[in-house]
Parts: sequence; structure tokens; C-alpha cells
Amino acid sequence: MYDIKEYYESRSVADAVALRLAHPEAHVIAGGSDVLVQMRDGHRAGVELISIYMLDELRGVRLEENGDLRIGSLTSFSHITADPLIQKYIRVLGEAVDMVGGPQIRNIGTIGGNTCNGVTSADSASTLHAYEAVVELTGPDGARRLPIRDFYKKAKVVDIRPGEIQTAILIPKDSYEDTFGYYIKYAMRNALDIATNGCSVNVRLSPDKKTFERVRIAYGVAGPIPMRAPTAEAALCGQPVTMENVERFARTVLADINPRDSWRASKALRQHVAVESAKRCVIESVKRAGGVL
Amino acid sequence: MENQYRIIHFNLNGKDVTCMTDVRASLTDLLRNDFRLTSVKKGCEVGECGACTVLINGEGFNSCIYLAVWADGKQIRTLESLLGPNGELSDIQQAFIDEAAIQCGFCTPGFLLTAVEILESGKLYTDAELRKLLSGHLCRCTGYENIFKAVKKTMYRRLGQPYPDA
Repeated sequence: MYDIKEYYESRSVADAVALRLAHPEAHVIAGGSDVLVQMRDGHRAGVELISIYMLDELRGVRLEENGDLRIGSLTSFSHITADPLIQKYIRVLGEAVDMVGGPQIRNIGTIGGNTCNGVTSADSASTLHAYEAVVELTGPDGARRLPIRDFYKKAKVVDIRPGEIQTAILIPKDSYEDTFGYYIKYAMRNALDIATNGCSVNVRLSPDKKTFERVRIAYGVAGPIPMRAPTAEAALCGQPVTMENVERFARTVLADINPRDSWRASKALRQHVAVESAKRCVIESVKRAGGVL
Repeated sequence: MENQYRIIHFNLNGKDVTCMTDVRASLTDLLRNDFRLTSVKKGCEVGECGACTVLINGEGFNSCIYLAVWADGKQIRTLESLLGPNGELSDIQQAFIDEAAIQCGFCTPGFLLTAVEILESGKLYTDAELRKLLSGHLCRCTGYENIFKAVKKTMYRRLGQPYPDA
């Protein structure tokens, strides 16, 4: 038995919003692979829960009329990886979430939960930052959308207001079009581990594949929240596709990131991994974009 | 607590069932205590070891971190569904015995259900893919190699393909 004080099951998004307003102290549970484990640990023992797990309307991936990719917040990691639209337009996201936990965790874990917990090591977070994803939150006044950069406020704190639940994550069309990415998770084991460093890069090359038209890079675990590396990005945008430029770019990420010493890894190791991952991610992204290095 | 109990309906090992569950129960609690399906093992109870794995709508889940009330409307399979009418073992269970993929047996029911999910996909996986698919289970006895072989051999046998002896 879990130490749950009171349990409310949402029947619809509107119902979930009403429950959130009626029970402001209650915690929202989606797949529960964080909430239930923390409850077992004692961190969240005795709390009230509002479950949104049964809301199938929040599952699945589809294209909006304007071409944006819409991922329902309760879509599980394994369903994201298997989804044809994800494979076609943003394969790197499917690959990144395929590195979360183990197979069973990827069946229960949701992309909404992975972002709402505000954790820097979330495997989806760096790719979502690198693709400038948009977060949709639905509350008493309807839905609002905000860039994922603004959604993360500080470690473990995201911008969810009273009465709101996250209902979708959107990838704008311009963000995925002609864009190819690669993610490296650096961890101690190949399964059931949390990233020591997560690095996600995507590139758009010129039609002749000789110039970087757009380069975006984002990290998990390089700071308290997932972050882009704007100095490094600016250093490579508009530059010719050469190994020299890629290596210079990789070194520049140190101007942007701020990893910490922890029991998992030292700052020095994380910086080293960040530089090396940046380089390898660009090389793979260029290959996927049809370029030659 | 105001609404401590819920009535839920689901399909368990091919049979439609109805029961009343405590909203605080995990699916492991429900299957073990209410249905006496003791193949569903309580291991870590935090979704790491995989001993409590069951199939829900064909996908493997750690039932210890799945609320019992969420079973409503689902199809759930446990190890008990693998036995024939007279208790005959299925091919994958026999393969675990033949390959000595069992020692203490605690992880075995979970591994077998993940194996069933793998086998029923009808796909031929590479070794690397198989290892990844099996990675959500911990076994402290066998060192995994025999488990891996049992699943791989059964996969080849079911697909009617010769086992690549390497």
C-alpha cells in the first residue's frame, strides 16, 4: 500500500483542472515512476494525489494544421520512440527517450512527467530545448503556450500555475524541418541509470551541405536546469562544415555551461564529457544531414 | 479518506474479472493479495528490479509502481497465463530450464513475461537489441548469459529459423 492521503481520478482535462483548483495541495500523478518512488522513499508520503493517468486524450503524436508536431503529455517514452511521425521528423527525440531507465520504465514514463519534474538530467529535456519545444498548459482560463526555456524556472521548479496541467509539447515546424540531430547520454551503465551528462545537437545545413545554416545544442546536467549553449551555437552558425570548426565549437561550450561537482561525477569530468559529446553529436548530425566532415 | 475503495473491471489472464480495490494499492498488491497470483514478485518495489513485471495491454510494466485502480479496463497477463490446461510449461519456460537460466527463481517470472512480449512481437532481434529489451530485470544468480540464450533460442525456434551457433 502506498501512503496516499486522498486519491482523485481525473475523467477529463476539465475535470483535472477542477480537481487541481479544489485541492491545491494535491500532487499530480501521471505515470507515477517519480511520484510513487518518492512516496515509497518517504519524500511525498501522506500526500493527496490527482491522477491524470487515465486521460487517453492526452496520448499520441500528431501534426497540427500548421505543421507543428504535437506530442500529448501522457505519451509514454516507448510510444514516442515507436511513433512514425517522430521517426520521420525528430528521430533524435525518439532515440533520447529510448535511453530512459529500462523497458518497463519507458512504458510507464511520460514526456509530460519527464518535463514537469523539472529535473536537469531528464533524457527528453536537452533535445526539447535544442528544438525550442513549446509547452502547452491547460488551466481554468484555457490553454497557454510558452517556450520550454521559460517553462523551467529553477531546479525542480517549472512554471505550472494553480489549476493547470501540462497537456502537450509542441515542436514547431521550422524547428524540425530539414534539421537533423543526435543525442549522447553519458552514464555509468547502459540501462537503469541517470545521465551524468546529456548532450543534444541538431543542425540544418545549406542546400550544398557545405555550410552550417543553423546549429543548436542543449545540455542536461550541465547546470541546475537543462540549458542551451548560445556562445557555441553562434560560433558555428554560418560557418563552413569543417572539422576544425566543429572542434572550435566544442571547446566554446565551456563558456556557456556550468556543471557541478557531485557524487556522480566531478565538474572536470563533466566539462570534458560535454566538450567531447558536443563534437561527436555535431559529427553525427552532419552525417544524418547528408554532409561530409 | 473519503473514497478509499473503487470497483474495477479488467481482463486477467484471459478472464474478465471485477473486484474492489483500495486506491492506495499497487497492482502487485492487488494481484498477489486478491488474486493469489504469487508469480508477481515483490522485489525492490521502486521499479528497478523487474521482478513484479506483468503485461498490460501487451506491454511490460513494473506492477509495483502501477496503481491497482489503473487496471480498470485493461488486459493483464501474469506468468500463470503461460501454463497449459494441465499445467504444461510453455516453450519459453522449458527453455529457461534447459539453459539453466534459473537459480533462485525470484527474477524468473518477470523475465519470462518480458520474454513473452519479445517473442510475441514476431520480430527477429539482434543480440544488442535483445540485451536492451531484457535490461529492465536484475538477476543476482545467473549472470544473465543463460537467460539471454533461452530467449534467443526460443525466438529463433518460434520463427522457424536455424539458431546461429556462435
